[in-house]
Amino acid sequence: MKNLEELKIMRDKAQKDLALRSGKHNIKIVIGMGTCGIAAGARETMNEFLNLILKSERNDIVVTASGCFGFCVQEPMVHIYAEDQIPVTYHNVDVEAARLIFDEHVLNNKVVEQYIFQRGKTNE
Amino acid sequence: MNNIRTQLLICQGTSCVSNGAVEVVKAFKAALKEAKLDKEVEIITTGCMGICELGPVMVVYPDGVFYQRVTPEDTREIVQEHLLKGRVVQRLFYKKPDTGELISIMEEIDFFKLQKTIARRNCGIIDVNAIDDYIGADGFVALGKVLTEMTPQEVIEEIKKSGLRGRGGAGFPTGLKWEFAAKAPGKQKYVLCNADEGDPGAFMDRSMLEGDSYSVLEAMMIAGYAIGANQGYIYVRAEYPLAIKRLEIAIAEMRKYELLGKNILNTGFDFDVEIRIGAGAFVCGEETALIHSIEGKRGEPRPRPPFPANKGLFGLPTVLNNVETLANIPYIILHGAENFASMGTEKSKGTKVFALAGDVTNTGLIEVPIGITLREIVYNIGGGIPNNKKLRAVQIGGPSGGCIPEEHLDARIDYESLKELGAIMGSGGLVVMDEDTCMVDIARYFMNFIQDESCGKCTPCREGTRIMLDMLTKICQGKGKMEDLDVLEELAVRIQDTSLCALGQTAPNPILTTLRYFRDEYIEHIRDKKCRAGVCKSLLKFEINPEKCTGCTVCAIKCPVKAISGEKKKPHKIDQNICIKCGVCYDACRFNAIKSH
Amino acid sequence: MSKMTIVEPKASPSREKYDQLKKFIVENKDKRGYLIPALYKAQELFKYLPPEVMEFIAQEMNLSESEVFGVATFYSYFKTNPIGRHTITVCMGTACYVRGAQKILDELEKKLGIKEGETTEDMRFTLGCQPCFGSCGMAPVIMIDNHVHGRLTTNMLDAILEQYK
Repeated sequence: MKNLEELKIMRDKAQKDLALRSGKHNIKIVIGMGTCGIAAGARETMNEFLNLILKSERNDIVVTASGCFGFCVQEPMVHIYAEDQIPVTYHNVDVEAARLIFDEHVLNNKVVEQYIFQRGKTNE
Repeated sequence: MNNIRTQLLICQGTSCVSNGAVEVVKAFKAALKEAKLDKEVEIITTGCMGICELGPVMVVYPDGVFYQRVTPEDTREIVQEHLLKGRVVQRLFYKKPDTGELISIMEEIDFFKLQKTIARRNCGIIDVNAIDDYIGADGFVALGKVLTEMTPQEVIEEIKKSGLRGRGGAGFPTGLKWEFAAKAPGKQKYVLCNADEGDPGAFMDRSMLEGDSYSVLEAMMIAGYAIGANQGYIYVRAEYPLAIKRLEIAIAEMRKYELLGKNILNTGFDFDVEIRIGAGAFVCGEETALIHSIEGKRGEPRPRPPFPANKGLFGLPTVLNNVETLANIPYIILHGAENFASMGTEKSKGTKVFALAGDVTNTGLIEVPIGITLREIVYNIGGGIPNNKKLRAVQIGGPSGGCIPEEHLDARIDYESLKELGAIMGSGGLVVMDEDTCMVDIARYFMNFIQDESCGKCTPCREGTRIMLDMLTKICQGKGKMEDLDVLEELAVRIQDTSLCALGQTAPNPILTTLRYFRDEYIEHIRDKKCRAGVCKSLLKFEINPEKCTGCTVCAIKCPVKAISGEKKKPHKIDQNICIKCGVCYDACRFNAIKSH
Repeated sequence: MSKMTIVEPKASPSREKYDQLKKFIVENKDKRGYLIPALYKAQELFKYLPPEVMEFIAQEMNLSESEVFGVATFYSYFKTNPIGRHTITVCMGTACYVRGAQKILDELEKKLGIKEGETTEDMRFTLGCQPCFGSCGMAPVIMIDNHVHGRLTTNMLDAILEQYK
């Protein structure tokens, strides 16, 4: 490290790794990972979200797994929690849907009506 | 960069390690691989999280779920259930001791909720060995700031303004110390870090070196810039092998990043650090003794003045700061002196790390704003005294400190108020003692410690403490006289007045405070030949309660002097003339039939 | 010590150790105040500090023998008598003391048949005490070699000692 500029570049890079631990996240994507969720392709959905976050270079979006939501036939199901907004639950979120939800809802604040399952309070 | 969605922060402090935290990490690695999650879940090995009682402990982020007493056998369940399926493992949650309520989030546990972390800001969050993690947490930004935007005098002014005082014991203003060394004439100067944490009951310096050694090293460099030194030594005691190892790694990483050596960050500032390992002498925590030890001599103190700021290591101007003091420095530079000074009391600013140990439910490390009361620490953070026992005293400040009784628990602790109570802030060891503790025996214990550790250079400390120890031992054996109490008090004052260094000057504090607050216990030992806590064995009498004794004969078989007799299945008896009061029968009885008083 | 003759190590296992010690001293000869690290190195190599090793250090570092001896005996870490294969150190810090360290020490003395500061005849264990290793959160604790065993009760000692042959 030769100078202060290099240090600052390095810090910005390293901060991403610490962001997960900060407890400060603007958007949380929760994916139902019960047995039926996984069987319906929730793992692929989760991987897609992770890839999308990486590409977006955003530090404030996290993905977590949650247990079964109880609607096996609607899996994979995804909740989106964004700061100061009503949480939204989507159903049948395959890889295609994940891309759409990420671009529209997560990045641009527009709810994707076509996959919506429920608005407002969830069981989570 | 990997596509990481979850991080497992696993504490690798000494306490957790000796409870199997290294094996837990290994087991997690295997379980993650098995579940094919090793690409998206990362393991971060952190420093001490503070709550040693519950170790090994870990936190899952971003959820923030806290698990305690984790074993290698639990790891597969955590991976399969929590990480894969999102179902938290409730049986590993923290359970509130009074209500049994389960708490899943670390910040919601009382122990953490009431803390304010400045010196320990990175402990338990960053990976102990990863310099990148430290940089991500604004590491070396304070160093960059002082090197490019501040003059040495401005740095000193900022530290003075913050009101930071030495955390090693005496509480000398840090900025002033730096100013003296900066003004001292001479080209070659030194920065020393005192990590010879010898007070029994104190372990905050160890945990900070284990958990965030980079902060301490960065602060040494800032001090070096402020006073005009380019060489630092960090003196660590030999009993802390893990801290030494992590410091070695940190120094090597910093050299690799050219953050140590010549022309640091292209500013023309040179600095290097060397580790020196202590060799088991408590007195080396005293600054002049420590300097002698680094010079390769016997660690004996010398009279001051001259102070180390003028004549220190190898006779050259030297600044010597304690680990915790230094850990505060980068924060002050980054967030400003006002921010730091907004915490604490009028004369004691900032936070203090305390090591909470002894008879208290949550043992571990805590960092709290100065000015908090002992009662808040013991009951709200520490969770009170286990086994429904009553509190007898809180010992604060190690062998130089004192025992504070229940009635003073509401005093706000800062440097001045503790002095008024006869104790000192010291390094911040807080040992809670319940009703089973004999205060005369505790005074004897500390005097025994001082006797062992007195370097022998000056007579009041070497001989005076020997006489006090003999007197206390006699009192514990029931052979004391009432006059002894007056002699003890007089000797104590003389030793305080005439000893060369702080070790001798403060050595009588445990005796003086116990005499002040627990005089009735001394009198009971002398006049009534009684030890109410049942600690002083010579004063004990063991007896068998015939109503509870089943005649199982176990005690009679175990008694080493055959003092117990009786027929099988009939109550036994102890012959007091033969009994040597070893207590073996008491420990052996399964029916609670033997009582000691 | 004055009666000792100058040591001329012959070809023997200890010869190699003297060579290593000498190498260490030469490598660090420019560093100031390096006597204590040299004593560390010597104790690491020889397991303790016999008089002839201290004499050797004095010669190589150009110090008086009394200075080397004075420093070595000041610090409790340096041992001038042979020690066992494993060192058991009972923590006698305040927290451990309050939680029953004395009982642990008594029990170890009984089990090993030695007193504090002594070594068993089979050279398996040396028993000692130290004021506090900073593991107060797990009091009472003992350290065997570099490993800390915490939250001890006397019943656990047999199983722990069993791990060290």
